[in-house]
Order: sequence, then C-alpha cells, then structure tokens
Amino acid sequence: MPREPAIEVSGLEKSYGSLRVLDGVDLEVQRGSVFALLGPNGAGKTTAVRILATLVRADAGRARVAGFDVVADRRQVRRHIGLTGQFAAVDDLQTGEENLRMMGRLAGLPGRAARRRAAELLERFDLAEAGRRTVATWSGGMRRRLDLAASLVREPAVLFLDEPTTGLDPRSRQAVWQVVAELVGSGVTVFLTTQYLEEADRLADRIAVLDGGRVVADGTSAQLKEQVAGHRLDLVLADPAAFEDVARRLGGRAVRHDRDRRVVGVATDGSAAHVRALLDEVDPARQAVDRFAVHSATLDDVFLALTGHPAGPPDQHDHQDEKEPANV
Amino acid sequence: MSSNVRHLDRGSGGWGAVPPAGWAVVADWVTMAGRGLRLTRRNLDAVITSLALPVLLMLLFVYLFGGAIDTGTRYVTYVVPGVLLLCAGFGASMTAVGVTNDMTGGIIDRFRSMDVAGASVLAGHVAASVVRNLASTVLVFGVAFLIGFRPSAGPLDWVAAAGVLLLFILAISWLAAAVGLLARSPEAAGGFSFLIMFLPYPSSAFVPIDTMPSWLHGFADNQPVTPVIETLRGLLLGLPVGSSPWKAVAWCLGILVASVAAAGVLFRRRTAA
Repeated sequence: MPREPAIEVSGLEKSYGSLRVLDGVDLEVQRGSVFALLGPNGAGKTTAVRILATLVRADAGRARVAGFDVVADRRQVRRHIGLTGQFAAVDDLQTGEENLRMMGRLAGLPGRAARRRAAELLERFDLAEAGRRTVATWSGGMRRRLDLAASLVREPAVLFLDEPTTGLDPRSRQAVWQVVAELVGSGVTVFLTTQYLEEADRLADRIAVLDGGRVVADGTSAQLKEQVAGHRLDLVLADPAAFEDVARRLGGRAVRHDRDRRVVGVATDGSAAHVRALLDEVDPARQAVDRFAVHSATLDDVFLALTGHPAGPPDQHDHQDEKEPANV
Repeated sequence: MSSNVRHLDRGSGGWGAVPPAGWAVVADWVTMAGRGLRLTRRNLDAVITSLALPVLLMLLFVYLFGGAIDTGTRYVTYVVPGVLLLCAGFGASMTAVGVTNDMTGGIIDRFRSMDVAGASVLAGHVAASVVRNLASTVLVFGVAFLIGFRPSAGPLDWVAAAGVLLLFILAISWLAAAVGLLARSPEAAGGFSFLIMFLPYPSSAFVPIDTMPSWLHGFADNQPVTPVIETLRGLLLGLPVGSSPWKAVAWCLGILVASVAAAGVLFRRRTAA
C-alpha cells in the first residue's frame, strides 16, 4: 500500500433538513499523527466523525480512511478503525472482561484469543482489578477507559475519539491523554474532536478549527497561534480603584477585563522594552500594578480571532481564567 | 503496548482476516445471543417479573376464579396454554426494551463501526428471548403439574404443540424487536408489554368465548391468540383441533414475516441519521 494519508477528506457536505451541518470540509491527516477537530457545540464535529466512521453518509464529497473509501469500501474501513463516541458504548450489566471479550468475538477473534486480548487490554488500562465486576458499579472515568479499550480490540489503524474527555474529572482526563500519547507511540493515527482548546493544544500534531460546518483554520498549534498577536500582558492591580483607573487609561486596547480578580490584559509583542513602556504608561506612579504576567496567545485567543466568538463551553473559559498569572 | 504499524500494510486480509459476510453474520449472531442471555441473567428483577407474574396469575385464575368458570375440564388444564402465551408477552417486552436500549445508547454505533450487521444484533435479542421463553414455559408446566394439570397428549401432539408455541414466541419476539426499534425510550418500549399481555384476555385463553358478550365474539374468535390457544389446548388434551393449527400457523408466519420486514426498514431508517 502506498504511503497515502490516514484520512483524506474533500468537499464533505451534510445537511439535516434545512440545517447545513457540514459545508464543504477538506482535511488531510498523516499516518501516525494526532489530529484534533476543534470547535464549539454544534460545529459539526460529531457528524464529521460519524461520516468517517461509516455510520452516516455524506450528501456530497469524498472521504478515504486507512486507504479505503468510506462509502464504496465501507466494510474495509470498518476493519481498520476504532470508534469511541460521546456515549459510553459498553453494557452496564456485563463485566469489563465480558464486554471486551464480546468485542473481541465481534472483531473476529476466536474464543481463546478474545479472552487473551480482553485480559491484555484490562491490564493496560489499569482495569484488571475491576474486570470481574459489572460495569454498572464502575466510576465514570473507568467506563471511559473501558470504552477506549473496546475500540482498540481490533488494533485499529485509525482511531476516532469523539470528545473523549467531555464530562470527565481532571484525573480521568489525564489518564485518557496518557493513553492517547501511548497509542501514537505505537503508530496508530488518532482523530479526535474536542471543545477543549487545552486538549487540542496538548495532544494534537495538527488542529483544524471547525465553525459552522467549515474549517476556518488548519495547522499546528504554533501556526494557529501565530495568526494572532503573539503575546498578552496581564496586569494584576492593587485595588479596585487602580483597576478602574488602568482600565480607563487602556480603554479599547484592553483585551481582557476581569474585575473580580482585578486583572486587565493588553496585547504586546512580548519584548522587555514594550512591556516596560506599557507599565510606565498605565502606572506612572508605580502604585497601581501589583504583579504582571506575559502569556503566549492561547488557542482561545486564536478561536476568538478566527471566528469572532469564543470556543467551547463556559466551564472551559472559567478553567482558563483560573490560571494564576505566573510572575515573569 | 502491543500494537504497531504492521497492520497498515496488511491490505485487506491479515489480522482477524474476515470470513465471508454470511458466516460473519452467523458468528456475530451467536455472540449477540450470548450477550442477550448474559444481560438477562444480570437483570434479575425483570426475569423474576417475567417468570413469577405468569405463575402467580395462573395460581390466581385456578384457585380464585377457576371454581366459578365452567370449561368442561379441570380449570388448570384449561388455562395452561393461556398462561404460556402470557409468559411470551412478558418475555417480549424485555426484548423490546433491550432493543430500544441498544438503539438509544452508544453501543449500536460501536457495533456498526465494527461491521456487525443489524440483523445479527436483532436476531441476538430474539434468540435470547426464545431461550427465556423456553425457561418460563418449563416453569409454568412444572407448577401446573404440581397443581393438577394432567394433559393427555401423545408424543406427536407434544411435538406439534411445542412447534406452534415456538413459532408464536418467535413471531412475538420479532414483533417486539420491531417495536423496540420504533420506540424512542425504553419506557415506551415497555408499554408495549401491556398490549401483548392484554391480547390473551379477550380470547379463549381464560374463559370460553361464548360466555363473553356477543359484540366481542367477532374479535375474540378472529384475533391471533385464539387459534394458538385452541391449537395448544386441543393438542395437549388430545381433542380434535379442526382448522385451528392452520390458522395459528398462518397468523404466526404473517406476524413473523411482517415484523422481520418492518425491523429491517426501521433499523435502516433509525441508523441513517
């Protein structure tokens, strides 16, 4: 087989009734890489995954996965992919071991091989101890790991993860991230969707930003960040009066206002000279600014710049804002 | 980590080389039937309901109402076929709920992405349903014998009765699978049991039809449950059965064919979006 990309998509369109969910999507994912499709709720991420995983047909366009056309060679595609959707796809009333053994049988493994594979996966996902209990008694994070394990029973060439960490606590999220990192080490191509900018930034080699059914940007995390002003200077003000004063001095130049934490952000090129000049300008008396921090632009900034609206669910923004500015 | 890139280059065969489609469907069906039975075993509440309720109903009919009902034979002997069909109704509702659960959860996507045919998934539920019903049938016969059920059927009659009952169970199970595909929630699917459970009452299952008001005769005489009941009762008691077996078989085959066809259409429609 020639070294063609793991996933090639061109001109993909899909509508549900009058709602245009995908509006001409082009993508290319290299083998052995992690690709993140990033976008807010309703951007069309899940629809894209479902088309690539042969579950739904596109209205127009072409897609090839692992070298096979998702319509003409549907069965071949299914033999080379794994899918973990947004809803746990395991039986609560079976044990973890039984679930995986069943998936192994469905993947065409003989009984003994299915048993071996199940044990192997339980071990690898740190579920061996719970393996003999019904999944109904498991925690959300454990189920998610089992769900991931189930999609690996067949050793897929391409693994689709639709919002793999949505609704998980931070520890389970870390565990999923670690699994993804390990998988990539073994040569699997991972295609994941996420609303979490941090997740895409952390895991993906390439990121495509999907908004309103169109890819509005496609590149590495660093490339995307270069599309907006390089850095942001966050000023932590000494008291509410200082906050009001500095906010007034900066006016429209302020890119961030956080009254509760008394933080004002302003764009900068990140050079010492520019930061010094800004500090002198907003705080000539050297009383108002308590601390400051210089950040590289986040994907959040990128998203805002590209689409004109913030990405992701509200909790994501809270999460981003919780980061204390580190003193530089 | 045991994986590697080798599978990218193995072309169409290789790891888990896939047998011809037909054989894979059968193998998947067996796996799915096993799954259905495991889920049944774990869902003890539902099993106890579907087994205990018909048995309790039988005791209720025999000891509370039976004395007042003149059927020309011992009432327990009269009522056993009706109780068997009640059991089939309860079993069917579990099947409908199971199918709806699969369709509304994420698992059907996983099965489809693994190239498991919808037919295998549904037939797995039906197979589990048939096994459940065989168990409940044995239980009902056991309890019935204890309280005085004395059939006078010869070996061939038993075989014929078993065949008709099996066909009825199969038809009802596929009907349940189709309903499960139609229902948007497990609760809605469960409501289906009410309809099927109700059907034996306006039939000859518990009381002779000629004791019912005359406006009900038309329905009671011509609904699917009545010929099945008449056939089972006639065979078990060694009585002449007339045309009932043919009517019963025709009804069951009709329901079976229509349900399988409907299930096929509904499954495709349900998974198209």
